[in-house]
Amino acid sequence: MRFPVLVEVRLRPGIADPQGATIQRALPALGFDGVQEVRVGKAIRFTVEAADETDARQQVDELCQRLLANPVIEDTAVTIG
Amino acid sequence: MSSRVGVVVFPGSNCEHDVVEALTGLGAQAELLWHGDLGVGDVDAVVLPGGFAHGDYLRPGAIARFSPIMASITQFAAAGGPVVGICNGFQVLTEAGLLPGALQKNSGSRFLCAPAELVVASTQSALTCDTAVGDVLRLPINHFEGNYTCSAEVLRELRDEDRVVLRYVANPNGSVDDIAGVCSAGRNVVGLMPHPERACDPLLGSDDGRRLLGSLLSAAGTAAGVLAPS
Repeated sequence: MRFPVLVEVRLRPGIADPQGATIQRALPALGFDGVQEVRVGKAIRFTVEAADETDARQQVDELCQRLLANPVIEDTAVTIG
Repeated sequence: MSSRVGVVVFPGSNCEHDVVEALTGLGAQAELLWHGDLGVGDVDAVVLPGGFAHGDYLRPGAIARFSPIMASITQFAAAGGPVVGICNGFQVLTEAGLLPGALQKNSGSRFLCAPAELVVASTQSALTCDTAVGDVLRLPINHFEGNYTCSAEVLRELRDEDRVVLRYVANPNGSVDDIAGVCSAGRNVVGLMPHPERACDPLLGSDDGRRLLGSLLSAAGTAAGVLAPS
């Protein structure tokens, strides 16, 4: 079976995010005064061939560890299906 | 006999010829190595130059670390061979796990291209063995992702083991502890964000880079006696 996958790559808590800070600083000029905690990450979509969802998740977890995220500064959230 | 230094070319590297020119000027035999090659050949040292290996896609160095030549560079480093990563090369070495930490976007969200003053923090590395602690060197920086980041635990280890090699006099990018360069536990793998190869002639505003690359050639000369030819 092919499973659609969404991987969100996020900066780990505590890691400074200059992009997020810049976006947040720009928002009050547009009238958005209540926006806080802006963090910028990446969304990566793909499909994976797997026997079942558990197998798909195992493959994607390994892929995240080996390539998609740098564990020193990033973590991932995986959505399958 | 002059040292042989391999300078690795990835698709998107753009400082390899500057490095070859600088090393040649110091009397070394410098040669380009293609990232798709399986071995580093009979070299005494390896340099990973600056640029945008594999377009810096995903993260700087994230794809380059899987280039075929990286396995033999890892072996070369494990055998004690001197390996230096400059700028993008430093990013590749951290992604490959040959150096700790990571290089995050500059704290000011700006691409930085300027001269920087560096102070030598340790002479116990393949890139600083012919300098003195406290020496101030003027080298250009040219990066967007040069903000050295690591866990508190790794930072403690780097300090305790005297593995911070160079620090910025005025921190330009938010790097933790003003770190501009670090070395491996074996002291033979060194990464730095500034570009010594662009400061090897007084015409370029500084020739302080010769002291670092000269140190590398000293380290390469020592390593040549120890490393078995591959």
